[in-house]
Amino acid sequence: MFTNAGTSSFTTFLSRVAPEMLPGRRPLPPGMAADLAPHATTIVAIAAAEGVVMAGDRRATMGNLIAQRDIEKVHPADAYSLVGIAGTAGIGIELMRLFQVELEHYEKIEGAMLSLDGKANRLASMIRGNLGAAMQGLAVVPLFAGFDLAAADPARAGRIFSFDVTGGPYEETGYDAIGSGSLFAKSALKKRFRAGLSVEDATRLAVEALYDAADDDTATGGPDLTRRIYPVVMTATAEGTYRLTDAETATIAEGVVAGRMENPGG
Amino acid sequence: MAMQFYASPEQIMRDRSELARKGIARGRSAVVLSYSGGVLFVAENLSSALHKVSEIYDRIGFAAVGRYNEFENLRRAGVRMADLNGLSYDRRDVTGRALANAFAQTLGAIFTEQSKPFEVEICVAEVGATPADDELYRLTYDGSVNDEPGRMAMGGQAEAITGVLKSNHRPDMSLGEAVKVAVQALSSVGGEGGAARTIAANQLEVAVLDRQRVGRTFRRITGAALTALLDGKAAPPASDLPETPSVPTGEAGKPTSSAGSADLEDRPGQADS
Repeated sequence: MFTNAGTSSFTTFLSRVAPEMLPGRRPLPPGMAADLAPHATTIVAIAAAEGVVMAGDRRATMGNLIAQRDIEKVHPADAYSLVGIAGTAGIGIELMRLFQVELEHYEKIEGAMLSLDGKANRLASMIRGNLGAAMQGLAVVPLFAGFDLAAADPARAGRIFSFDVTGGPYEETGYDAIGSGSLFAKSALKKRFRAGLSVEDATRLAVEALYDAADDDTATGGPDLTRRIYPVVMTATAEGTYRLTDAETATIAEGVVAGRMENPGG
Repeated sequence: MAMQFYASPEQIMRDRSELARKGIARGRSAVVLSYSGGVLFVAENLSSALHKVSEIYDRIGFAAVGRYNEFENLRRAGVRMADLNGLSYDRRDVTGRALANAFAQTLGAIFTEQSKPFEVEICVAEVGATPADDELYRLTYDGSVNDEPGRMAMGGQAEAITGVLKSNHRPDMSLGEAVKVAVQALSSVGGEGGAARTIAANQLEVAVLDRQRVGRTFRRITGAALTALLDGKAAPPASDLPETPSVPTGEAGKPTSSAGSADLEDRPGQADS
């Protein structure tokens, strides 16, 4: 089964040899399953001058309960792109892992990386495959952002793509947010986003937006100063992807909280 | 109906072996060896697009000689198997030994069942924490596997090349020394009247599995970096190819979550994230 000349796509290969490993290919019993599993919440992405910044809060909820305080929802998709997940956490993590393998697999088989648009389209078709489960309440909606190595204008190399449960992708200008707190995060970003922000400023802005989301949305977690749990912040620039260390995010988050002590509205 | 002549199984196997050996001997050779900073692959290859050396997984590389379409088919199969196992279990659970076994099964089956065997010889190499932990597996056209001690040569006149390698190779060599030894071994055969010849940088395909990296360790060395290594003038930029050997830093046992983490480990503080 491994030796067929076949395809460069790992998901296409899986659909032939191990379809049960694809999230959308499992038979689901009828009925709503929305309250069955933890939900991951808010992710924000901001295009900066040198690339793109993505940040996510650390909370997963199950109804009115906090299922996990320190879940990680922002991950590198490959060396130059990032993916954040919102929605049913289990399926989201599975989809994200599968997407990481998909990109790496193509790169190894073909000896070249997919284009940024190619990656976004691939992710869109994987989400589309989960439509049946989404209609029963197990929806996953990711946010995808990356540094476009082929961009003609380096200032526009940081690009953001959003999706809906039926696929997408929709390219966003400047910034975007997904998840339960996205309404508040986007409202905050709308007022404060400027084109051509530096990565440092965009990082701070992303943590501010997550604070605003946590302020008004119970399912989004704010910076947890007592347990030292801070948002996950990642950047994708010409140098590749980078996850800010806990110490770096702690400094930013504590700065944001100190600012809100003076002015709770930011 | 055509008359079927009897051929003994011994004769059939001999004929197939001869066919495969001849095919392999016609091609240019490749060398794989351990050095202090990892595992080095050097292949003589006129094409810069059709690779003889490539990445299979985080710490596993692949080198082959012989017919391109046949070893490319095996390489793709290896990448698929590695990615499938890494996804179903964990990235740490993909091992060179398992891959070598799978290749051996495939090659063995093709040798006995098909009318024409694969005219290939391949090497599956896995980089370990120290040169002593490196694993080099040689797989031949009939599916036999050999665990090689830190160095191996494949292709035409492999025995002569192995002889030169054996006398010059040490596992604690630096990358620069290792490349020189490999190129010297490759160029020791095929010259006029059995003399040594020179191989230009653009006829070499060089790659390493870098012991120090976390995540995907495979790196190609091309262009200016390769020329510099061959001339022995200057080492390539330290960020690209750390020459000083050391045990992998950070949590070596911790699996990397993805391809995306490949380029992160040079950054401070990344190991504990």
